[in-house]
Amino acid sequence: MSLQVDLNAPNRAHTTPLMSLNNLILRFKGQTNDVIDGVNLTVKSGEVLCVVGESGCGKSVSAMALMGLLPIDSTHISSGKLDICGNHIDLSQTCLPSEMRGNSVAMIFQEPMTSLNPAFTIGNQIEEAIRRHITDTQTNVRTRALDMLQRVGIANPEQRLHEYPHQLSGGMRQRVMIAMALANDPKVLIADEPTTALDVTIQAQILDLIRDLRDETGMGTIMITHDLGVVAEIADTVAVMYGGQVVEQGAVTEVFNDPQHPYTIGLMSAMPQLDSPGTRLTLVPGTVPTVANMPSGCRFRTRCAFAAKTCEMRPPLAAITQSHGVACHYAPLEANLSVSS
Amino acid sequence: MKADIILEAVNVTKHFSGANSWFSQEPTVQAVDNVSLRVRRGETFAIVGESGCGKSTLARVLMRLLSPTSGNVLFDKRDVSAASGSALQALRRKMQFIFQDPFSSLNPRMSVGKLVGEPLEVHAPELSAQQRRDRVADLLHKVGLRAEYAGRYPHEFSGGQRQRIGIARALASGPKLIIGDEPVSALDVSVQAQVINLLGDLSRDMGLTLVIIAHDLGVIRHMSDRVAVMYLGRIVESGPTEEVYTNPRHPYTRALLASIPAMGSKSDGKTPTVLGEMPSPTAPPPGCRFHTRCPHVQAKCKTDTPNLHSANINDHQVACHFWEAFPDPPPLTPSPPKTKAVEARFALYRAAVEGGTVTYKNHQPTERP
Ligand SMILES: Nc1ncnc2c1ncn2[C@@H]1O[C@H](COP(=O)(O)OP(=O)(O)OP(=O)(O)O)[C@@H](O)[C@H]1O
Ligand SMILES: Nc1ncnc2c1ncn2[C@@H]1O[C@H](COP(=O)(O)OP(=O)(O)OP(=O)(O)O)[C@@H](O)[C@H]1O
Ligand code: SF4
Ligand code: SF4
Ligand SMILES: [Mg+2]
Ligand SMILES: [Mg+2]
Repeated sequence: MSLQVDLNAPNRAHTTPLMSLNNLILRFKGQTNDVIDGVNLTVKSGEVLCVVGESGCGKSVSAMALMGLLPIDSTHISSGKLDICGNHIDLSQTCLPSEMRGNSVAMIFQEPMTSLNPAFTIGNQIEEAIRRHITDTQTNVRTRALDMLQRVGIANPEQRLHEYPHQLSGGMRQRVMIAMALANDPKVLIADEPTTALDVTIQAQILDLIRDLRDETGMGTIMITHDLGVVAEIADTVAVMYGGQVVEQGAVTEVFNDPQHPYTIGLMSAMPQLDSPGTRLTLVPGTVPTVANMPSGCRFRTRCAFAAKTCEMRPPLAAITQSHGVACHYAPLEANLSVSS
Repeated sequence: MKADIILEAVNVTKHFSGANSWFSQEPTVQAVDNVSLRVRRGETFAIVGESGCGKSTLARVLMRLLSPTSGNVLFDKRDVSAASGSALQALRRKMQFIFQDPFSSLNPRMSVGKLVGEPLEVHAPELSAQQRRDRVADLLHKVGLRAEYAGRYPHEFSGGQRQRIGIARALASGPKLIIGDEPVSALDVSVQAQVINLLGDLSRDMGLTLVIIAHDLGVIRHMSDRVAVMYLGRIVESGPTEEVYTNPRHPYTRALLASIPAMGSKSDGKTPTVLGEMPSPTAPPPGCRFHTRCPHVQAKCKTDTPNLHSANINDHQVACHFWEAFPDPPPLTPSPPKTKAVEARFALYRAAVEGGTVTYKNHQPTERP
């Protein structure tokens, strides 16, 4: 599919960050290597940040660490500062206070069925999410739940309130998840692959919904995906992750129109294009190493066709422009190297 | 010129009757309804559609893993709808299946050598043990795996490698046609590209016919020569892939193409996406099955079933009463042009991945401003 980025789209990004995560370093106990190695993410009001990368590159773990949802006894966070809605939290010492979960920052999880309880009605579950932060009469809470279902575009909300998760289709369950996440007007929404399991027509409906809600409320969104088409469609900014590090980051127009990192270029080359069918795809050789086998220095060097001795040193995320950074010693490639066959 | 047809479905219908108990009779699922299609020798034919539209069921009927409720399947012009016993086994040799899930489709207790060698035992019992080992090594080589891997087990491999093992296994009997049910859907984009390239190479080098089922429209555009679009058990449009993508005629095909992120006009929330979801195949709407979601629905659509008929030359077919009344679709927006520098960067990447020698202009990485 084509990576079409509309340069004329109004720039919704406001200036003040709603949330920023700085230098997150995390390892699971018993492992010899950090799973997340120095990740920075920033999202502003009314902005959608997309985090992309192959399976296993640390997208979900970063989000769960930010939310304070990883098991404390098996996780070791050695660094990580979280600034959110005026609060400063040192993640190496403490995690996001539970009273901020849901109203400052809310999350939609990768598997909707595991986060909806099959034994309770949709109504019960949305009302419970609301009551976690507000004490109000049953009537008011129910009205709010109905209102939420309407906002996410569910037909016959009165009837749906009394139904159980298994009675809904995949697309509807995903809408219910969004309704629950938004029930307390979060400032920041983290959506982990919210459309991956859905058909394209339903995906388009969900993306429209997220766009509408962002415009209505000015909420900041972090969306995790591995679909570059979805990124081009909805993101204002993008962070490309590989092996627990952000290797390229910036305004989506810049990253897609001027990709710099060999990994970003590889992902884009590997995508079947709608307008140049039949040609042989160029790919990213090999697969992501396990955490234990992750190389030092540039973590991409075991798969990078340009890797050299220098790459045993870690490349810093250096600015290409004010709103575009890349972590590669040889960027821009065409200025620093040549290839002969 | 008369096309050389290798596989044909004629009015194939497959219904699953619901579970029967003392207390209730579950409704019948009309998974595939009156589908006809013709696959030409050597081509890659794709079947696309949303979840639950009947793609896998159709594939299983074509493979004769399921028997059709009514209608006929012809392989090499011979009716195989009722084949059984040795006739069915002969058919299995010529037609093989690749599954979607490379994790669950391989027996974890069998070594790779055994997995790939097993079909040989069935279909080529005349081979000696040594000849069989040689064939396995040869097959592994064909799919880009090392012969030494024969002694290892599936859990030691990545998703893409497992899918290669599945392909080697499918190739073992020397088939003429391979049906892949979402063969790359479970894979990451870079690994997916490896498997797509492999399937393309195999079909070209071995003259294989491929039938690919997928829901990713980009993958289908890339791989297939002709495509059939399914909706709720029926084919609503079919034709050369290029033609169907650039000149879609059925409202459903148009909606599917418009739903691909970032394709066509940048949506910004204004894409004319189809409303709602697919109705249940236990109670498909009468008339045109798409009428509950179609923006152009008229009274006739609710009662009369539209049949597939020719939309123009080029054997492009569409099943809609009113397709002629619709304006031409907007042209596909091409990818934005790349700047010279970016063009150069992609070329460098391709050359390096293909094994070119990299020369660094500076010993030290350049300082950026
Ligand atoms: N609780 C855990 N204990 C140990 N390792 C874990 C744990 N959770 C995740 N990991 C590992 O951390 C790495 C990053 O996983 P993560 O789930 O963040 O990947 P992801 O980028 O979200 O991938 P996907 O696209 O498949 O969802 C993986 O190697 C994974 O196996
Ligand atoms: N063995 C079966 N018994 C009863 N119903 C079935 C059976 N197999 C499939 N179905 C039903 O038939 C319909 C078509 O299913 P099928 O698996 O062919 O769809 P599909 O297009 O392959 O979907 P997906 O993209 O999700 O794989 C569905 O409603 C499904 O629930
Ligand atoms: S730093 Fe070296 S290994 Fe890493 S991406 Fe750049 S060239 Fe490749
Ligand atoms: S037959 Fe009618 S309902 Fe069906 S696709 Fe055509 S216009 Fe729409
Ligand atoms: Mg994940
Ligand atoms: Mg299927």
